[in-house]
Amino acid sequence: MTAAEQVRNPQAIFISGNEAVAMAARDADCRVAAAYPGTPSTEILEYLSAYPTVYSEWSINEKVSLEVTIGASLAGSRALCAMKHVGLNVASDALMTQTLIGAVGGLVIAVADDVGLSSSQNEQDSRYWGRFAHIPVLEPCDAQEAYSMTRFAFSLSEQFSVPVLLRLTTRICHVKGLVRTDASEKTVARFFNKDSSRYVMVPGNARNRIPLMMQRDKELAQFSEGCELNRFEPGQDRRIGFVTSGAAYCHVRETFPEAPVLKLGLSHPAPIETIRAFAQGVDQLIVAEEVEPLLETELKAAGIQLSGKDILPRIGELTPSVLRPALAQLTGDTCTTAPATQNDLFPRPPTLCVACPHMGIYYCLAHVKNTIISGDIGCYTLGAGQPWNALDTCISMGASLSVAQGIDKGRSEADQNKNVIAVIGDSTFLHMGMQGLLDITYNRGNVTILLLDNRAVGMTGGQNAPSSGLDLHGEETIQVDFRKLCEALGVKPARIHEVNPYELPVLFKALREEVKQTGPSVIITNQPCVLTERYRQQPALAVDADRCTGCSNCLDVGCPAILVERRETVIKPNGREKQLTFVKIDSAACTGCNLCINTCGPDAIIPLSRDSRINAVEVSA
Amino acid sequence: MSYVTNILVAGIGGQGVMTAADIIAQAAIRAGHDVKKTEVAGMAQRGGVVTSHVRFGEHVYSPSITPGHADLLLAFEPAEALRWAGHLRTGAAALVNTFAQTPPVVSLGLFEYPDAPLEQLARYPISVSSLNAGDMAIGMGDRRLVNSLMLGAAARHLPFDSGLLKQALLDRFANKGGKMLTLNEQAFDAGYREPGKI
Repeated sequence: MTAAEQVRNPQAIFISGNEAVAMAARDADCRVAAAYPGTPSTEILEYLSAYPTVYSEWSINEKVSLEVTIGASLAGSRALCAMKHVGLNVASDALMTQTLIGAVGGLVIAVADDVGLSSSQNEQDSRYWGRFAHIPVLEPCDAQEAYSMTRFAFSLSEQFSVPVLLRLTTRICHVKGLVRTDASEKTVARFFNKDSSRYVMVPGNARNRIPLMMQRDKELAQFSEGCELNRFEPGQDRRIGFVTSGAAYCHVRETFPEAPVLKLGLSHPAPIETIRAFAQGVDQLIVAEEVEPLLETELKAAGIQLSGKDILPRIGELTPSVLRPALAQLTGDTCTTAPATQNDLFPRPPTLCVACPHMGIYYCLAHVKNTIISGDIGCYTLGAGQPWNALDTCISMGASLSVAQGIDKGRSEADQNKNVIAVIGDSTFLHMGMQGLLDITYNRGNVTILLLDNRAVGMTGGQNAPSSGLDLHGEETIQVDFRKLCEALGVKPARIHEVNPYELPVLFKALREEVKQTGPSVIITNQPCVLTERYRQQPALAVDADRCTGCSNCLDVGCPAILVERRETVIKPNGREKQLTFVKIDSAACTGCNLCINTCGPDAIIPLSRDSRINAVEVSA
Repeated sequence: MSYVTNILVAGIGGQGVMTAADIIAQAAIRAGHDVKKTEVAGMAQRGGVVTSHVRFGEHVYSPSITPGHADLLLAFEPAEALRWAGHLRTGAAALVNTFAQTPPVVSLGLFEYPDAPLEQLARYPISVSSLNAGDMAIGMGDRRLVNSLMLGAAARHLPFDSGLLKQALLDRFANKGGKMLTLNEQAFDAGYREPGKI
């Protein structure tokens, strides 16, 4: 650390919001942390896993992670679970009853909304859960507040005996800033205090807890009025005053540095009377909240005049480039905006990695006729893109199987000859797909299931799952045997195949055979994610230009390492024009999976070093 | 409000865009600034467009650079330079790696890669410098050195001592051992020497 840095930022560290949440949990003496990976929340548990004072785990899904932390809280320990926004949909069954029981050890649910959909299937506002489940919502605006509010969340949870929702967004999780941490605390050791009238939520007990929950709502609303996290920041230009929270606060201060701001850290229950008083000191009140008009609706119901989603968008971030033109309508200020990007350029969509084992699957699926392909959440959702276009649905974790079952049962006469296929990854299958498979076998469905086992949660960066045989800490544990699991779930042994997805002929044979079968089949692939240490690179490939005929079959693999050398138009003997595309391989990027060799008729794809043998891809993991 | 410097780093997943932005941010902290830096992760390793925003000054609120307000664009790929040039303010600088990378949608013939992207950049009221960091890195034995080459070239454009940036880079590779450290230092120096004004 330089002298200048020390002067300016004594003990400040430069960390992301996710790391700040993890550090705060550690410093608050959190004992148990659990999560299922999901962007943008994944790193919270990865950072926590490095702290020996915290038990941490990758749970099977978000509902399980919440229940693990509920148990820890009831056992008297502080606990934190982290998830992306859609994860809380999965966990909500537990949440909606846990709120009646309340917390014993501080219980914090860190939920990360993907405002702007950088990598999610929808954009939803997790602040709703605060209203729905009657729990307080904290909204940090940056990494420093992610730290301090996580610390605060544990004590708030214990003070009101309530789970606390820490609402993060991508712009909190993945933004680094300078953070000062506070002294760590040591909590008093507690124990599991048997109390069935509180912990056993049968109707007779639950009914009695509801008035207590309502009373807690009232007390929290009073607490919110005076809470230091709800902060008034005076400003000279009182034409517009802002009530705002989270990342939107930073954008508001950036855009309107002279405007008065009421910044809500404890945004639910909202400090209605504080806001009413604030409104009287400004000409116009604007509620700047990202996504849904939640606070706006509540304030309007309280009789406070304001503008909100009538001028601000309900989708995406409220960045300065969004706020400035929207507010110019009210202030009459002039406003010019630059285009965000040059939009006549080619797109560069995310695509499967070089040598990804899923590419062989999608090459096959693109070449099999009469299919309806039900997809799922993971890297393999990219199979919906070019060149494969081999995915027809994608909804939620595990939905591929159950949606396929519905397509099978609901198909009309016109679709009688269609082959219904479900594609799902190993971790997603374990998260929420198994139930769908059992539904198919139990109810005699006719679906061919492709279980793409790459032994990792690929899309979030190759995290471990029960299919990896490794836990969050990289230590050995049980490894699920998918063949046995599928058998146990009712699939006939003869209808389960394990295939190497780099061996296209084997893959085609298995797929063509199984789609003809009546009843469920499972084809399990067995090659690891290329992002993980399990993947073994092979010698790189190159194209023998003398042998390449320009047929472009290999481009249908979709590998980013296969590039176009030149295009030519030739006249065929029948007089028709034909486009030829001669290729080359970016050998520095190629890792020699050899998939493309299967597609090359003239054997033009050869090892980069002609002397090196083309090694078979390792079959066993 | 005091001036906030905006650095936009743009490239493709897997090129080290976020690492480069992180190293610039670390150097800015050492220069005594408040700093915010965005990361866009998740799909970032899948060959998609990746940008990282670094903002530093007396006090930084928003982590996002408003289009039209970037002071420096560090583009790891020429077409990406074109994609993000509109983010620069008049008179700003763009530093471009001329090593082109075409995505599968271009190889498949569905879209065209722009002709002479650097010449198209001349339409913008900015100053453009370029270097073929891709070829230079491969020449030095490791394509991952693009990152350090670009940082070396960027050092001339940043409002603090280039030594701070170099030290932040070296600290980053300190635990990787002697050879990687030496190579990255050489790459930084080579990038710094590259004039490349067009």
